[in-house]
Amino acid sequence: MRKTYKLYIGGAFPRSESGRSYVVNDAKGKFLANASQASRKDARDAVVAARKAFGGWHARTAYNRGQVLYRIAEVMEGRHQQFSLEVSQSEGLSIAKARAVVDASIDRWVWYAGWADKLAQVVGSSNPVAGPYFDFSLPEATGVVAVLAPQDSSLLGLTSVIAPAIVSGNTVVAVSSYERPLPAVTLGEVMATSDVPGGVVNLLTGSASEIGPWLASHQDVNAIDLCGISSEDEARDLEIASADNLKRVRRPAEEDWTEDQGLSRLLNYLELKTVWHPIGV
Amino acid sequence: MTTLDSGVDSLADVTSSEDRLRRFLLGLPGVDQVGAEARAATLSTRSIKTTAKAYALDLAISMIDLTTLEGQDTPGKVRALCAKAKRPDPADPTAPQVAAVCVYPDLVATAKHELKGSGINVASVATAFPSGRSSLAIKIQDTKDAVASGADEVDMVIDRGAFLSGRYGLVFDEITAIREAAGDAHLKVILETGELVTYDNVRRASWLAMLAGADFIKTSTGKVSPAATLPVTMVMLEAVRDYQEATGLHIGVKPAGGIRTSKDAIKYLVTVNETAGPDWLDPELFRFGASSLLNDLLMQRTKLATGHYPGPDYFTLD
Repeated sequence: MRKTYKLYIGGAFPRSESGRSYVVNDAKGKFLANASQASRKDARDAVVAARKAFGGWHARTAYNRGQVLYRIAEVMEGRHQQFSLEVSQSEGLSIAKARAVVDASIDRWVWYAGWADKLAQVVGSSNPVAGPYFDFSLPEATGVVAVLAPQDSSLLGLTSVIAPAIVSGNTVVAVSSYERPLPAVTLGEVMATSDVPGGVVNLLTGSASEIGPWLASHQDVNAIDLCGISSEDEARDLEIASADNLKRVRRPAEEDWTEDQGLSRLLNYLELKTVWHPIGV
Repeated sequence: MTTLDSGVDSLADVTSSEDRLRRFLLGLPGVDQVGAEARAATLSTRSIKTTAKAYALDLAISMIDLTTLEGQDTPGKVRALCAKAKRPDPADPTAPQVAAVCVYPDLVATAKHELKGSGINVASVATAFPSGRSSLAIKIQDTKDAVASGADEVDMVIDRGAFLSGRYGLVFDEITAIREAAGDAHLKVILETGELVTYDNVRRASWLAMLAGADFIKTSTGKVSPAATLPVTMVMLEAVRDYQEATGLHIGVKPAGGIRTSKDAIKYLVTVNETAGPDWLDPELFRFGASSLLNDLLMQRTKLATGHYPGPDYFTLD
């Protein structure tokens, strides 16, 4: 059945506020589907939804967040065939290769899920101080993270930029790959059915160049990942716009999504809170 | 002019006895519910942009009755609210002041003191707000207390029990008595439309309140859901329009409760303009009873001024 794919904002699947949609072609240029083209107002609504979801998501125990991420991986397994087909069509891979990409994406969710309740031990510390105090530093989520997802790797890349943000309690507004939005749309459906509270992950399909500046200058966004921006000038402008409210910015860089990701992305969206606790009386 | 035919010679006659009052109120034409809701829905599709939007936002701010009506209110909270009323956006002195601060009677003196010389009115709820379930003597005393403490405006509630059981004379007499007790203070009569059930009742209660001497008719206390809705406000605006045609007097309208976004506020302003007319686009004749609405208006205002989206962290909690 032909349809126009929708956005995923605040746990619901709205059309773009602007009413726009665009044609999505497969890797060979053949018509694949119509997708909603998100506008700045969709981004604004998504930030409001993400902010609203932040309190509850952030307050959950790390263990519980980990379980929810495992659940995402499980539900993705169930849609393995659909993801494989979409990745194969979008990225022009053979079905076998696409299946491997989907497997890697699921593994990535599992890998990050495991970090949920280990993060504080690895990143946090107990600090020796000259006085009668226990002093410890604990990692906390920074808030709403805007993600301009990779343009080439439509599922593995997207997973690798969303998972490290939400595992620590942040909420995300992600703009998918412009030419390859379908895996992102399906990931939205996975989010909606896998115990992820509405608003924790918001997925917009459309142009990162169009929406990026609004997210970068948005005063209620705490961090931004510029991964999906290829032009250096554009990335610089976004970084300048982001400086206004001291967003944590992750600059675009050459990334190999198939490799072990390490912790750098995860650490990028954390604030360290240091507590001084008097000993004794 | 549709509401006032059916052999009514003058409005003074209408209030001369309870029978006549009842006959008049029951003789008011019914409200077409589907039509009213469709009309309100149409009006809320208007697109107000750029300079018109900037004007509407500033107008809406200047129409706000900044309200705190909680059991946990303290003088400190009221002082903070008054500071916000005087200068809603600390970062932008061009943001207009609100119209009034609305509090419970015991906090009127605090608000009055804080707002001295600012031109902002102090409104007080009275008459056993929000239920109104108390004797007339106590309601009158409640009103006198509020006015004695310095309230410029009194928000009274009608006796919905009496109204719904058809004892219009009782409701009328009560409003008249409070009108007298309020002296020079502006009297806003709260109809609590959420409890009146039908638009016909809203129309009747509006006329009843206006005939009894209300300066303003107000939708709700904010303690009952549903509070203000667009169709209800539209029916009330029609009533004040018709009353103005019949008597030449301008009565104000105040929707209260449930209006939280700039978008909603602008829908109300469009409805005011299209129903009662541009005369009512004035804080003297139209108010919003709200608290969280102000922050959203300020955020939209900042967005227009700076070109990027502000966050709630940059505005005061209230």
